[in-house]
Amino acid sequence: MSTHKPTAPARTYAAYSAPLWRRVLLTRETAVIALTAAVILYSIVNVPNFDGPLTLKFLLQDIAPILLIALPMTLVIITGEIDLSVASIMGLSSVLLGVLHENGMSVPAAALLALLAGLACGALNGFLIAYVGLPSLAVTIGTLALFRGIAVGLLGTKAVTDFTEKWSDVATGTIGDSRIPLVIIPFAVLAVAFVVLLHFSTFGRGVYDIGLNDEAAHFTGVDVARTKFILFVLSGVVSAFAGIYFTLRFGSARGDNATGYELQVIAAVLLGGVSIFGGRGRLHGVLAGVVLIGVISSALRLESVTVNVTNIIVGCLLVASVILPSVLASTSSRLPRKAATPPESRPTQNAASAGV
Amino acid sequence: MKFHTRRPTALAAILLTASVALTACGDDGGDGGDSGSGGDGGGALSMTMLPKNLGNPYFDTSTKGAEKAAEELGAEIEEVGPEAASPDAQVSYINTVAQQGQDALILSANDPEALCDAIDEARSADVKVVTFDADTNPECRDLFVNQATAEGIAAKQLELISEQIGGEGEIAILSASANATNQNAWIEMMETELAENPDYANIELVDTVYGDDEDQKSFDQTEALLQNHPDLKGIISPTTVGIAAAARYLSDSDAKGKVALTGLGTPNQMREYVENGTVESFALWNPEDLGFLATYAAAALVNGDISGEEGDTFEAGDLGEFEVGADGVVLLGEPFTFNADNIGDFDF
Repeated sequence: MSTHKPTAPARTYAAYSAPLWRRVLLTRETAVIALTAAVILYSIVNVPNFDGPLTLKFLLQDIAPILLIALPMTLVIITGEIDLSVASIMGLSSVLLGVLHENGMSVPAAALLALLAGLACGALNGFLIAYVGLPSLAVTIGTLALFRGIAVGLLGTKAVTDFTEKWSDVATGTIGDSRIPLVIIPFAVLAVAFVVLLHFSTFGRGVYDIGLNDEAAHFTGVDVARTKFILFVLSGVVSAFAGIYFTLRFGSARGDNATGYELQVIAAVLLGGVSIFGGRGRLHGVLAGVVLIGVISSALRLESVTVNVTNIIVGCLLVASVILPSVLASTSSRLPRKAATPPESRPTQNAASAGV
Repeated sequence: MKFHTRRPTALAAILLTASVALTACGDDGGDGGDSGSGGDGGGALSMTMLPKNLGNPYFDTSTKGAEKAAEELGAEIEEVGPEAASPDAQVSYINTVAQQGQDALILSANDPEALCDAIDEARSADVKVVTFDADTNPECRDLFVNQATAEGIAAKQLELISEQIGGEGEIAILSASANATNQNAWIEMMETELAENPDYANIELVDTVYGDDEDQKSFDQTEALLQNHPDLKGIISPTTVGIAAAARYLSDSDAKGKVALTGLGTPNQMREYVENGTVESFALWNPEDLGFLATYAAAALVNGDISGEEGDTFEAGDLGEFEVGADGVVLLGEPFTFNADNIGDFDF
């Protein structure tokens, strides 16, 4: 025993780790950000009117709901779970806002109740997944149908459109004379909060631990059930907020509002480098993923390309982003490794590169 | 030697970036020069056609008319649109038109209210906005090209059914859903007309049923109507789904030829039943003319020939001269009657 001890500290964690500049620059997140920047530059040069004054405003308004929901969705997917019911929660909060407003409630009061409804939806998901132990895929497919059903049932096929002008103006307005929509303010606040939560808190370490191995996380003192429950509640509340924004921006509360948004959110999260198997991913990559999809759609619309082609391109990008790392992993595993690296160091390396 | 330890993600990063950078460089020489010109240069008119959704034969036909008009006018027109008919999906396209600085936008609105903010923004970017088929609130747009007035539709359907049943007997209505705005307005007008017009004194409306614009439900409701009202002489179905389902039921039943059917239908759905004698005639407007007229109206606005005020007149090619009515509405005309003689000329 005692003879082993002096040899162990000879190689420290830092010795196995890549240099800082490489850990920062050569990551999946950097790749997505670079790709996004490249697409933006390309569009500014080549797409007519992309450099126009309205582009930034419309682009940010279009992607705002996805940016918002992508924040909690990233954490949910890092724990290895998924929430497919987000778009239905958007639809439900939209309908509640409409119905309550139509019956004489002011917009802020109705919005508050819609947020509470989102919290309740998230709590239902979270309870079934975290405490009953059901798989999130099954639970949220169920609640996707359930919440959407309630939404359509409440309002039927009609729409509520007579929202107070003042509040629609808030949803479509910009900060002062700039091109930045007002909705970016709550988003920025939430984004900072989620970055702190995921990357700079014990809770966030727990999120990664659960994604890598929830049993091990449990034994290291992470309250797995509580963590998952909180994440689904957050997802519900933020989705409801996105639904309220969506409703006020388009001035229309309908049961089928935001149908299909869950796929856009999940696509952006996966494109941003979050592993669908959990345990891996960072928020800045995800946000770049959302912007990338938004810029591609905007540029293609300006080029009058039909929406089907846009979907094909985003789909291919998504598939490529999932396949490419695996292909490269198998290629690079055939390349000679660092000679000095002893075999037992590999688990350490994987943990270091796990995006923790 | 450290280079060999590169991680797969790093390789992915380099490859992804490189591939995009390369394609970007490759295309650079293309059309970068004309960005931002936006069609203000006094050249050809640039217009965008935004139907409720793409892949809908009705709107394919109206776009055909719009393209024909654009060709006559020497204008450029492109059709864009969402896959599903929802207002929020149309907003992105309206925004795009504002960004592109097109001269005119011709659209069929999925919601009268929800699109107004986006349209306002487009109009403040000097885009003339003409709605057709489905209007927005009058203050949002410059002109609305109305396919037919509610009065015209109601009157036409009563005229057709009265003709077909010889001016007397029991009739029933097979509508869409119980809260369908258009259908309810037409039904109300038909009820008033039946009560007040002496020509229809012997016609009695015995029932109104709802097929919810579902084929099977409309089919079943037709069967129920015939069972509940053995003396029924005619059915009016002011919805394209309803009339086709009713025609399918009638054509296979004993009532074929005894119970008249008319309403609003499309030639492609009704062709078979007109040809086999189940249906004598039915009405609708001609979407091709509608798109054609909307395009001429948009061009007249852009060229400054009209400002959209009541009383303005403009020429629309073969369709002749049109006058702008109250609230900036241009009326295409009376509904068009389709029968065995002319149905072969249409494909929508």
